[in-house]
Amino acid sequence: MPRMKPGTRLRSAVCTTEVMVIQAPADDVDVRCGGTSLLDLVAQPAPGAAPAAEAAGGTLIGKRYVSAAGDLELLCTKPGAGTLALGDVALTIKGAKPLPSSD
Amino acid sequence: MNIAMLLEMAADAFGDREAVRCGSATFDYQGLQRAARGAAATLVASGCRHAALLDESSPAVPVALFAAAAAGIPFVPLSYRLADGEIGALLGRIAPAHLVTDAARAAQFSDHIGIAAVTRAAFLAPGALEPVSSLPDDGDAIAILLFTSGTTGAPKAAVLRHRHLVSYILAAVEFGAADAEEATLVAVPPYHVAGMAAVLSSVYAARRIVQLPHFDAYAWIALAAAERVTHAFVVPTMLARIADALIERPVALPALRALSYGGGKMPLAVIERAMQLLPYVAFTNAYGLTETSSTIALLDPGDHRAAFDSDDPGLRRRLSSVGRPLPGVDVEVRDAEGKPVAAGERGEFHVRGEQVAGEYLGHGSRLGADGFFPTRDAGFIDADGYLFLDGRLDDVIVRGGENLSPGEIEDVLREHAAVADCAVVGLPDEQWGEAVAAVIVLRPGATVRAEELRDFVRARLRSSRAPERIEFRVALPYTDTGKLLRRQLKAELLGDPPG
Repeated sequence: MPRMKPGTRLRSAVCTTEVMVIQAPADDVDVRCGGTSLLDLVAQPAPGAAPAAEAAGGTLIGKRYVSAAGDLELLCTKPGAGTLALGDVALTIKGAKPLPSSD
Repeated sequence: MNIAMLLEMAADAFGDREAVRCGSATFDYQGLQRAARGAAATLVASGCRHAALLDESSPAVPVALFAAAAAGIPFVPLSYRLADGEIGALLGRIAPAHLVTDAARAAQFSDHIGIAAVTRAAFLAPGALEPVSSLPDDGDAIAILLFTSGTTGAPKAAVLRHRHLVSYILAAVEFGAADAEEATLVAVPPYHVAGMAAVLSSVYAARRIVQLPHFDAYAWIALAAAERVTHAFVVPTMLARIADALIERPVALPALRALSYGGGKMPLAVIERAMQLLPYVAFTNAYGLTETSSTIALLDPGDHRAAFDSDDPGLRRRLSSVGRPLPGVDVEVRDAEGKPVAAGERGEFHVRGEQVAGEYLGHGSRLGADGFFPTRDAGFIDADGYLFLDGRLDDVIVRGGENLSPGEIEDVLREHAAVADCAVVGLPDEQWGEAVAAVIVLRPGATVRAEELRDFVRARLRSSRAPERIEFRVALPYTDTGKLLRRQLKAELLGDPPG
């Protein structure tokens, strides 16, 4: 898996999901979508690949996905059929505290 | 990290929703994306190093902003209010550059070395080149250069990098938060940071932008009614004129939900009048600087309502606060030695956060070793964490060794029933170093003697704050974005030619 730092853009190997890293832990971690490790944005997914049955919850554009420890945060920039996960543990959608529009 | 990603996401998720309207010209998000990527190809092929815009608001503004980002070069919106010589000097600093402008200026500036001047229509016309398909990914690259007004010396170019702007948008705006019927009225010019922030915020929220190129209160009200505008950003002078116009010629604006304001100090009387006239509208005060990618603190609608409805002077005072910092933004008040001061004590605002750029081209970063940016704004933070802004540190009056805040004295003068507007400046004085001078604009039909105003200030503040010199004028000099031209006023009082 490519090295992650804030701003890095990655894509799913098995669906159309794309993400941008907002926050990443210092150590290398295995971030997956649909059960398979993420790829560099420009990499090509294997033809015919699909999310594993237990990792096909889908992603929503514009949502932020966080790890249980809170040290990994991804912004979904393109939606897809897979579930984002850190190892085997699914990431959860971060609740946004709405701010009033200021511009 | 690239601001053009924000448009890419909106085009993917809300492609056929209207993105921007100016008169009868419209683009949906897909159309905006297509135009920006097409124009980006032209920019790349031209070999220019900046994409400049010398034009009023139009759909060419968001197209050029996102095209420059996709091409990997800075976007430079220039003020069309500048004199030709000043514009020529700025163009010299950014050449080789592509310049989007009106027909007259395209002809005028096309013979400048390194400037490829094109009209807005030519810029928006589909080109023959293959559109740019993938975005440059350097978050450290410059997204926008904004020339500051340059009241001293040559204008400085404030640098906003992609990571600053993307951080601000991701922290402040929820993607696709707007309903399909929402629309925001943008009346600030493109060369103001609020004009740039409005494009980025609205695109990411998928909120339709309605542009008003020339602000006039009646035109603003008519457009807000016709387009069923739900949101708007105004500078204080705009809100004052809109309130006056609504009183003179009442118009129902039932769609309007939220008004945010910033870009200068809001007089208490103006916000109170606006809240009375538009009781169903949620007001937000947004405090920010060019160097901080726009908003760093907010006084939210709940704060406004609680203060407006309260008889408690402490709570009521919050209507003149600029609110509390955004999540992830730290604000401290520090003294002249750089040490943090206690709550309620005055000093300079220092700010830190991912969105804080604090950098000028060719001058490097102004951030301290601890990441804080000294804003040159003076004020204090109360015990509840609310920020109160006095004005620019450079405008502080030093009288007999005592630091006086013009904003504090102006606030008191504005409470007088006869005073419509006022400005306080320091003038050279042999005895005190500086003396306090006040310029007063009276309400229509009102009269007051200078001595009465002096007593009024003396009764509320220490006697050193009472203006030694008081002049009456019919109006004060403001920029078109509502900033008081203090230096010009001071020069006029000293008998110098204005400039």
